[in-house]
Amino acid sequence: MTCKRLLFVNRHTPRAGARAAEMLDAALIAASFGQEVHLAFLDDGVFQLLKGPAEADVDDVTTRFAELDDCDIDHVWVERESLAERGLVVADLIIPVALVDRDSLSATMAAMDMVISA
Amino acid sequence: MIPPLGPLHTVNRPPGAGVLESCLAHLTEGAALLLIEDGVYAALAGSAVAPRLTEAGGRHALYVLGPDLDRRGLARRALVPGMRVVDYQGFVALAANHPLVQSWV
Repeated sequence: MTCKRLLFVNRHTPRAGARAAEMLDAALIAASFGQEVHLAFLDDGVFQLLKGPAEADVDDVTTRFAELDDCDIDHVWVERESLAERGLVVADLIIPVALVDRDSLSATMAAMDMVISA
Repeated sequence: MIPPLGPLHTVNRPPGAGVLESCLAHLTEGAALLLIEDGVYAALAGSAVAPRLTEAGGRHALYVLGPDLDRRGLARRALVPGMRVVDYQGFVALAANHPLVQSWV
């Protein structure tokens, strides 16, 4: 199978219906088929990666991100402006990410074979 | 003399939805704002909307629903100055005391 570069764009909070969980499912399935999978978090999507105190009832999807194996997903991009506009910093996030500014993320999106949004 | 209470406005959408800005632009004298559900993300200090909330806080009571902060792991985070955390009983009291509740969804 030809390997394609797939980008999954996450723009909504973890509780905005089943969007976040279904995007992660789709991304993991694509990764299991050997595709080059990228996740992008921008706008309110950055809240999906926000870690809470250990005793907090953090959302399921956030917990699942924390348990992602390094080999599952190739790249996790977070838009710098979206994070800053929400009063957050990288240290608030539950997994290591690549912080990119808006222009770079736009270029990253444009360079993909496929961009999936929900 | 304390002016009579106006509407209680609730916002349940996150900052990126643009709903809070619209609500803030429609607050009349005596109106109060209560952030609930995904609306509570806007209560975080240091956000882009924080200065507008602080400004509104000079003229209006600002509330955020504590249980919804807890569920999102935000209970210990710094909030916009003047933002008061209420529980469900507080929510009921606010709704009962204000003559009108307007939901921004």
